[in-house]
Amino acid sequence: MNKLLNWVDERLPVVDAWNKHLGKYYAPKNFNVWYFFGSLAMLVLVNQLITGIWLTMSYNPSGEGAFASVEYIMRDVQWGWLLRYLHSTGASAFFVVVYLHMFRGLMYGSYQKPRELIWIFGMLIYLVLMAEAFMGYLLPWGQMSYWGAQVIINLFGAIPVIGEDLSLWIRGDYLISGITLNRFFALHVVALPIVLLGLVVLHILALHEVGSNNPDGIDIKKNKDENGVPKDGIPFHPYYTVHDLMGVGVFFFIFFIVVFFFPEMGGLFLEKPNFEPANPLKTPDHIAPVWYFTPFYAMLRAVTVDLFGLDAKFWGVVVMGGAIAILFVVPWLDKSPVRSMRYKGWLSRSALAIFVVSFIILGYLGIVPATEGRTTVAQILTTLYFAFFILMPFYTRMEKTKPVPERVTG
Amino acid sequence: MKKLIIGLFISILPALTLAAAGSVPLDTMEPDHADKVSLQRGAALFTNYCMGCHSMEYARYKRVSEDLGIPQELYEENLIFTGAKIGELMKISMDKDMAADWFGAPPPDLTLETRLRGEDWVYSYLRGFYKDDSRPLGVNNVVFENVGMPHVLADLQGLCAVEPEIGTDASVDPLSGDVRNGGVCSEWASEGSMTPQEFNSAMYDLTNFMSYMGDPVKLERHRLGMFVLIFVAIFFIFAYLLNREYWKDVH
Repeated sequence: MNKLLNWVDERLPVVDAWNKHLGKYYAPKNFNVWYFFGSLAMLVLVNQLITGIWLTMSYNPSGEGAFASVEYIMRDVQWGWLLRYLHSTGASAFFVVVYLHMFRGLMYGSYQKPRELIWIFGMLIYLVLMAEAFMGYLLPWGQMSYWGAQVIINLFGAIPVIGEDLSLWIRGDYLISGITLNRFFALHVVALPIVLLGLVVLHILALHEVGSNNPDGIDIKKNKDENGVPKDGIPFHPYYTVHDLMGVGVFFFIFFIVVFFFPEMGGLFLEKPNFEPANPLKTPDHIAPVWYFTPFYAMLRAVTVDLFGLDAKFWGVVVMGGAIAILFVVPWLDKSPVRSMRYKGWLSRSALAIFVVSFIILGYLGIVPATEGRTTVAQILTTLYFAFFILMPFYTRMEKTKPVPERVTG
Repeated sequence: MKKLIIGLFISILPALTLAAAGSVPLDTMEPDHADKVSLQRGAALFTNYCMGCHSMEYARYKRVSEDLGIPQELYEENLIFTGAKIGELMKISMDKDMAADWFGAPPPDLTLETRLRGEDWVYSYLRGFYKDDSRPLGVNNVVFENVGMPHVLADLQGLCAVEPEIGTDASVDPLSGDVRNGGVCSEWASEGSMTPQEFNSAMYDLTNFMSYMGDPVKLERHRLGMFVLIFVAIFFIFAYLLNREYWKDVH
């Protein structure tokens, strides 16, 4: 066995790679519960890839056959229902863990120097994940798949001059059709997963180059022992592998409760109108995207004024795009001398709390039909969402921070 | 930090109470996929009264006969009218274009109807017909206004002369524990062969069958789910102990 390993190692740096990324990758010993979600995101990614591959074996990507083939998977394919529920629940679970992972980053300043690239790769992952989820949602070819995609693609039409042609180019047809379905299928199962995997590799390579942040936001590499090992670091394997295994247990328990007992999650994970085949002649009463897009959808709808001779819809698209784009520059907006929320002042803490509450309520407002009152609330919350970022350079500089300890506090 | 986290959870709560708020009040119907006798009665009703116009084209006869415990020969003899083989999908012979001419829209496939609209809706709709001479077919429905469907079950229920009261007083059947509603109609234009109670019970069975058809794997899923959760719980215990053992040396 050892001989084989040596043989391979002389030709491929496997031992080196193992040590760099697991065996001798020293992670801070004070990770808390928020640090489970990175590895859980990997777990869900693997779940999506495996169940996805098996789903494609029975799925029929055509306007005529897509809906029926999904029901064929649900009824006639051995364990097809389980594969599909694992995949559909996995999609929502992916966003749950990714949102929690991103919140962790914001809370402990994991984006600050020298981790700007990790944050940017992470944001790109989030962006690709949204595209992946959006295209995957068209595939069951239900009413909400169809009309959801219709609404979103039409948004491109709001861009002046090129808009109409652009949305025509995306659809490949004058309305969403089998042609759109086919290209979304190709992008969903081949193109975007490749990009996603590439970005995940970059995200982790960049992380392992500079090392993990921790709840105290301390640079553990400043305090090394005589062997050059950080005093507050422990090897990722075995310490964090067994630790994450525990997290996997808890995650799976919740995940499987949904998969086996509430796969529709009351219409949040599988929307009810999607049990009706897509019908281009019948618009549903109320079109709502899946829950993980709804905060941005609420922002889109919150913009109701025409500006500079351009339609409100266009500015809605700008606001929605801006809401995601602004996340990319967070590393340069935060001017605080400390990383972690533990040592930042009450201004930063309140700002983060307001931001998160705004985001969640916007998510709710994006699900329910718009009324005048709700639109007003959405406008206020959208302003608060942007205020969190735009005012960040000021409040992080103004506030009094607490002294950061030399060593991690556990 | 703790306060922040608690605050976050509280702010999530409104999203969890999300409900598809329909404007029409509905009667409550709790499906029971383990009640095979009810499902068999429902299958018989559906085949005899609904399948002339409504297909269940995503499901197969054989699966229904197996799940409901109806012997195959018996099923073929009594519940397949189209000459289809038992392994085939439950399609119908009505032409969709012609049906669109007759009713305004082709009668929808009903395999997933309960998942689309919910059991409460179907149960209420089936009992919501009343006489309305302004409509082309002479009937209307309180749950589905200006519906294009005739009251197929009028010879069982009778035809109500006034708008039936749906979603007013739910009652619990003392024997079965099912939530069923009493008479919904106060004045009849014509009598049916069933009493209101018999008809309610028959519609419970029919809705129950449709609910099963929408989600045929539900019982199996719940049964398996318990084993999976028990396995994960035991896995967690070992993972916890393993973690504790390793982390003993970390100070």
